Amino acid sequence: MPDSNTGLATKSALDIEKVRQDFPVLSQTVHGKPLVYLDNAATTHKPQCVIERVREFDAEQYGTVRRGSYKMSEQATLLYEEARQKVADFVGAPDRKEIVFTSGTTQAINLVAYSYGRKFVNAGDEIIISNIEHHANIVPWQVLCEEKGARLRVIPVNDDGELIMEEYEKLLNEKTRLVAVNHISNALGTINPVKEIIRKGHDAGAKVLIDGAQSSPHMKIDVKDLDCDFYTFSGHKMYAPSGIGGVYGKMDLWESMGPYVTGGDMILQVTLEKTTYAKPPARFEAGTPPITQVIGLGTAIDYITEIGLDNIFEYEMSLLDYATRLLGEIDGLRIIGNAREKASIISFVLDVAHPHDVSSMLDQDGIAVRGGHHCAQPTMIRFGVPATTRASMAFYNKYEELDALAESIRKVIKLFS
Amino acid sequence: MSYDNELYQQVILDHNRNPKNFREIKNATHHCHGINPLCGDDMTVYMEVDSEQGVIRDISFVGTGCAISKASSSMMTAYLKGRSLEESRVIFDEFHKMVLGELDPEKQEHHLGKLKLFRGIRDYPSRTKCASLAWHTMIGALDKKTEEISTE
Ligand SMILES: Cc1ncc(COP(=O)(O)O)c(C=O)c1O
Repeated sequence: MPDSNTGLATKSALDIEKVRQDFPVLSQTVHGKPLVYLDNAATTHKPQCVIERVREFDAEQYGTVRRGSYKMSEQATLLYEEARQKVADFVGAPDRKEIVFTSGTTQAINLVAYSYGRKFVNAGDEIIISNIEHHANIVPWQVLCEEKGARLRVIPVNDDGELIMEEYEKLLNEKTRLVAVNHISNALGTINPVKEIIRKGHDAGAKVLIDGAQSSPHMKIDVKDLDCDFYTFSGHKMYAPSGIGGVYGKMDLWESMGPYVTGGDMILQVTLEKTTYAKPPARFEAGTPPITQVIGLGTAIDYITEIGLDNIFEYEMSLLDYATRLLGEIDGLRIIGNAREKASIISFVLDVAHPHDVSSMLDQDGIAVRGGHHCAQPTMIRFGVPATTRASMAFYNKYEELDALAESIRKVIKLFS
Repeated sequence: MSYDNELYQQVILDHNRNPKNFREIKNATHHCHGINPLCGDDMTVYMEVDSEQGVIRDISFVGTGCAISKASSSMMTAYLKGRSLEESRVIFDEFHKMVLGELDPEKQEHHLGKLKLFRGIRDYPSRTKCASLAWHTMIGALDKKTEEISTE
């Protein structure tokens, strides 16, 4: 609970102390101080139930999937597909076969750029991204455009870090094949109006990919309602193991696409002359997948579903409001990204200290924040800074930790002035 | 609570605030541009070298970077001004080894003087390149490198 002079509503459906007990890492100390973990946009920690489920699966139920006709393998396959169903339900996909597992968002976007892009994007076509994308949602499109002689176009942002929608509309035309934007910017926290972006993209005849790496852990996703063509996510940002993530795609699109990686498990039949491909999702999951990680992802989804995405979002918004006010009161600190619709991410710069010095200094107080360009250099260039310090919050953070953050920043300013 | 750590000693903070030789040299005989792509640090080192005597008459830098990189550049220029090219290369080598943890100035012989206060960097592997960028760029200038020097 924040102290009484904050005036913030403290009613929350979450019992934060209880939630924190679910995460063993949060009781650690760093340099003799309690860990204050505020790098959740980079990666999140795992609740005990995920750690335990992964251990139990490996100890008792592990087996190869989709192959063996013996009990262990059949059981593992069942659990693996059950996890796919959990992902489908989690993002509101009508059919679990529309979920393809990948190692994460980076691979998911590369898969779409390769399998969809190589087939349907031609010379003279256009692809639209925004000025505030993660490199994972820039480079695959640059490579595709270069290869195909297509053109990459960019939605500009205003000084608050919001996409300028009128400019987006102007970019759309009959040559637009694909629009690829993030739901939430990892560098600024901007929540983009994706539903409108998708509708307008469709009106122009384009397909739309939403990079959901930052939204899947923090807000309720309904791909049916959004009507996006692809939606990507990363398990390690949603309290699950690293090495697993995936992409939702509409079935008719999956069916129209050729494979990305080829080999075992993605075939129907192989003769030495010709191969026919399996149906989606298997067509896009060549080789032995990260089985244990998929099981862990399923458990992480169960966990956050039980807590409730609406509860998570509401509480994280109150953390954001609190942190924005605290940091806003610090002289010599400038917040980069002041979108009206914002997730619990605050990027900032100090007049007197470089972001790398800030993160090294905060680390001395046990506070983990990220200093750097956040794999979003075009965003940094747009705002005229080489880097920022970023504090990104999750539902296991508490107000007191934000007090500690603000106090530690004040000390840095004092020392560097 | 104190920030009494080896990384941000008072000397480093002072050099960060008021860097020495933070200027361009108009008729530099040598110069080089260095970047650290991981963090965006960007600097140019200028030198006026007396090639007959083999001595650095003047050395300076401009650019942007964190306190470690700024202080390291500042102290490097102050330390090398007037030294021979030969000496400077030896000092570069020792400095480089020290920040990587391969030379302990408390135990081994060296010519680093007060530069040894950067010894603590070795405990922060993500920051060693901040300290060594200026040095690599200086060597790049001496070697008349025309392309950019990168820490990666
Ligand atoms: C918006 C966004 N897109 C893509 C990625 C890449 O995700 P991953 O590294 O899990 O593939 C990230 C994570 O850093 C991200 O924040």
